[in-house]
Amino acid sequence: MADTVIVDARGLSCPQPVLETKKALEKLSGGRVEVLVDTVTSRENVARFGGSRGWKVEKEEREDGFCVVLAK
Amino acid sequence: MKGFNNLLMSRFGPAITGGVVGALAALLVYFGNPGNMGICVACFTRDIAGALGLHRAGVVQYLRPEIPGFILGSFLAAFLAKEYRPRSGSSPVVRFFLGFFAMIGALIFLGCPWRAYARLAGGDWNALAGIGGLIVGIGIGIVFLWQGFSLGKAEKSPKWAGVVMPLAALALLALLFFRPLFGPEGTGPVFFSKSGPGAAVAPVAISLAAGLLIGWMAQKSRFCTVGAIRDLIMVKDAHLFNGVAAFVVVAFALNYALGMFKPGFESQPVAHTNQLWNFLGMVLSGLAFTLAGGCPGRQFIMSGEGDGDSAIFVLGMLVGAGFAHNFSLASSPAGVTAYGMTATVIGMVFCLAVGFLFRIKMD
Repeated sequence: MADTVIVDARGLSCPQPVLETKKALEKLSGGRVEVLVDTVTSRENVARFGGSRGWKVEKEEREDGFCVVLAK
Repeated sequence: MKGFNNLLMSRFGPAITGGVVGALAALLVYFGNPGNMGICVACFTRDIAGALGLHRAGVVQYLRPEIPGFILGSFLAAFLAKEYRPRSGSSPVVRFFLGFFAMIGALIFLGCPWRAYARLAGGDWNALAGIGGLIVGIGIGIVFLWQGFSLGKAEKSPKWAGVVMPLAALALLALLFFRPLFGPEGTGPVFFSKSGPGAAVAPVAISLAAGLLIGWMAQKSRFCTVGAIRDLIMVKDAHLFNGVAAFVVVAFALNYALGMFKPGFESQPVAHTNQLWNFLGMVLSGLAFTLAGGCPGRQFIMSGEGDGDSAIFVLGMLVGAGFAHNFSLASSPAGVTAYGMTATVIGMVFCLAVGFLFRIKMD
């Protein structure tokens, strides 16, 4: 998975996880982005944002939070 | 119950929550809370500060059960859904003063964002200046966010760290029920207004039930009156804004049906007509809330989930309310004070400095 972009947004307040995701997605036309978050709120916000921008969204549980996988 | 929770977590969640909060904002006035103040997070925190003797403005002292209800409702919702996650460490002292100045701004206008919408729904057109200020304050916050503003990352805390706020909420309810009286001269240490807004109260059971319900629903749906405008402007996302729209529509409909809709600028309950300072007070509040990541209701809800940074913010609000009255900063129906104007400027300088200076580098 060499071309997976990882955004570590754990511990950030609203709306920074979404903004960091937005920044990462705007640099890409497609591929795979993993956004790490530590609250359900951030997980849902990032997932909703990714979905609204036409990315396929998967949510995974991690030991210290969640990972939202965005693919296009 | 599970279906109800799933509905609250769906895209309809904020709108359903906003509708219920709007309904309760009107109904709690009907049951006895002050005019256009069925629910006001800032005013109720100010009343609690007064009840605890942190200020001695005798007309605004009451242990409003709605507020501990928010914390406990949110705690229960989060705990049962395994979303209880104690965390803190994102510039807590800065957040304390953001809460402090958010309260100062709210008490210049005479209401938090929740009450701004409630006042609008009651026909108090002075709220329009406040809501205009709120939008501008959020807009300034957005400019900082675009430039990479951040108060830094929060870290996971030990699991018991998050129960302090729910326990404090229980302590407030205990003080309300037992009303201890052992202060000097036979008054206090807990004070209850005999007249004024602090004496306008709905029955405790109704207020507490409303607080618990809102706490539960807002934890599930992430209802936020500042995030609503922020997300609409920043990422064209109306998810949270639907909640505010539903709040205003339902509160208006019920106010109208109950004969409580009284349109106009003059003689509105707990309001003044100095539009410049209605506007500027809410610019300060809107900016402080945006920098802290959410409206005052949301901060209380997050403090119930275990967010220690939000807890510090609401404690800053509580102390700010004490200062607002002790230093004659708070407005009254008679108008704004010169001290209040000065404090608003100081608050703006603080918030702008925080906005300019706080950045983290992501990579």
